[in-house]
Amino acid sequence: MCALLSIATMVAASCGGNNAQTSEGESKRESIELSGAGATFPLPFYNAVFEEFHTVNNDVVAYGGIGSGGGIRNLKDGIVDFAGSDAFLSDKEMSEMKPVVHIPTCMGAVVLAYNLPGVNELNLSGDVVADIFAGKITKWDDARIKELNPQAQLPSQSIIPVYRSDGSGTTFVFTDYLSKVSKEWSEKYGVGKSVNFPAGQAAKGNPGVAGVIAQTANSIGYVGSEYAFAQKIPYATLKNQCGELVKPTAQSISAAANGEMPSDTRTMITNSSAKGAYPISCFTWIVVYKEQNYSNRTKEQALATLDLIEFILSEKTQGITTKVHYAPLPAKAIELSRENLKAITFNGEALKK
Amino acid sequence: MNDKIFRTILYLAACLMPVVCGGIVYALVTDAFEAFNHFGFLNFLTSSEWSYTDGTERYGALPFITGTLLTTLLALVFCIPFSLPVALFVGEYFKGTRIAEVLSTITSLLAGIPSIIYGLWGFYTLRPIVMSLNISPQGSGILTASLVLAIMIVPYAASLSAEFVKMVPDDLKEGAYSLGATRAEMVRKVIFPVAGSGIFSSYILAIGRALGETMTVTMLIGNTNQMPGSITETGNSMASIIANQFGEADGLRLSSLIAIGLVLFLITAIINLIGKYLIKRARIV
Repeated sequence: MCALLSIATMVAASCGGNNAQTSEGESKRESIELSGAGATFPLPFYNAVFEEFHTVNNDVVAYGGIGSGGGIRNLKDGIVDFAGSDAFLSDKEMSEMKPVVHIPTCMGAVVLAYNLPGVNELNLSGDVVADIFAGKITKWDDARIKELNPQAQLPSQSIIPVYRSDGSGTTFVFTDYLSKVSKEWSEKYGVGKSVNFPAGQAAKGNPGVAGVIAQTANSIGYVGSEYAFAQKIPYATLKNQCGELVKPTAQSISAAANGEMPSDTRTMITNSSAKGAYPISCFTWIVVYKEQNYSNRTKEQALATLDLIEFILSEKTQGITTKVHYAPLPAKAIELSRENLKAITFNGEALKK
Repeated sequence: MNDKIFRTILYLAACLMPVVCGGIVYALVTDAFEAFNHFGFLNFLTSSEWSYTDGTERYGALPFITGTLLTTLLALVFCIPFSLPVALFVGEYFKGTRIAEVLSTITSLLAGIPSIIYGLWGFYTLRPIVMSLNISPQGSGILTASLVLAIMIVPYAASLSAEFVKMVPDDLKEGAYSLGATRAEMVRKVIFPVAGSGIFSSYILAIGRALGETMTVTMLIGNTNQMPGSITETGNSMASIIANQFGEADGLRLSSLIAIGLVLFLITAIINLIGKYLIKRARIV
């Protein structure tokens, strides 16, 4: 099966292949073809960035949106230059492969999309969301929802939760949040890319979930912010740890990262304690090997990979994030990542001084 | 010389298919081995647990086998009132007429519609109807999926069973009329007994298609991994769980999904063999 995925990536890579060197290209090295695979969540952002990177450096980057798990698998098989992942690798996963470096590339969030005829504004809190998805709050006019929405005309109808049927970083981020705000959730259902939700129905991908919600009155589901923003789907306002009601926006998502951050940037920022933070925010990462000499890669390829990462971390590229419905990285994350890049080597020799 | 080359090409082409089929079975068995080995073959088939928790992963195929068999069986039941009249119309009442030709062409056209179109129709048209009739609050579920599946398999069941209805010898029918039977009585007492096993086998072959249908079912069944409590509830079929989870699965889960694929392959193969066997017998009669 891995072979199948790798063929898919190879096809993607060769399709993007264009090695022609233009005379005005000022790059010091030959143009390189890079290939990556993984998370679908940052795909629209990456597409914009890689196109920009091509015009600046003349390097071609092919990225296959095959899911975070698939991307890591491809990296393990040594057939990609980098993997995209919505979830950082656990200590156990890290111990099973050669040392890797995590670089956050942009931020996003998980929003609660809903379909409630006659209700235009919906406020929710973490414990209420957890109990809705646990099947404990079953009616829209439940006292706890009413308390958060004194103005709204809530129908006395059954709530239909909608969740993801495929393994997904979005599910991971969402359940990570639920586990932080509800002890019962963390004990009974836990955190993961796939979780057995006890109530409701499931659909494949963000479009699947959003489609079911759009077609089903009284439903609620979680959708990636990049998809919800681009499609202008109605989503709920959430109460954060400070007790503020926050709408997901580029500002409130970036605000969630204004807290402590470990040096390897492997952190979940859901239920952030920062002021003005949207509580279900997340990073997405690029994962590369610390030692870049694998699978007969050349030093040029390794250098191009680093160039790409630095390009993503640059101020100009971070400025693109909001245009394609993501949020920019906070300064701290960029600073830490630049530091982490210094650890990347080729044949044991550091590539960036 | 020319003849020899032609024969060689023919032999090679003929050998290719069994090799491909054998290769698929081989790949399924080797990749499914981990799951069968870990859970035990019988346990894997009879366990209804599908839990992802790291370290204590438990994967059982029962909810999905149930989902597949339930949707298929219901589709078969729902398809009879559509396909049997078509078969009698084309094969007996208007046999050989222009209108029968038109009807059978239109029915066969249904077979050419891509399954995603059926899925969209089910999602945007049938599902809201199911919701508005208060059959189930979420609309998706085993019942909705089966209804669309039923329409999908009508052309297969109808065209083949029409052939068997046509094949009933005229002297038998005339015998019935000469004894004073009405046409309806003749259909019941002559056509059904004579063409019965043929009609039955055409339904068996039709459900071969329903068993493996993926896209339509995934869009309509609700994709939940619990055992369905009733036919209005959501569930998952063997094909839809594979389509849903294949992308992100690895290790034991990937192996379990492939094992489900192998079981689906076996079920489909067995049902097709039964259908083929029955058709052979029906022809002799």
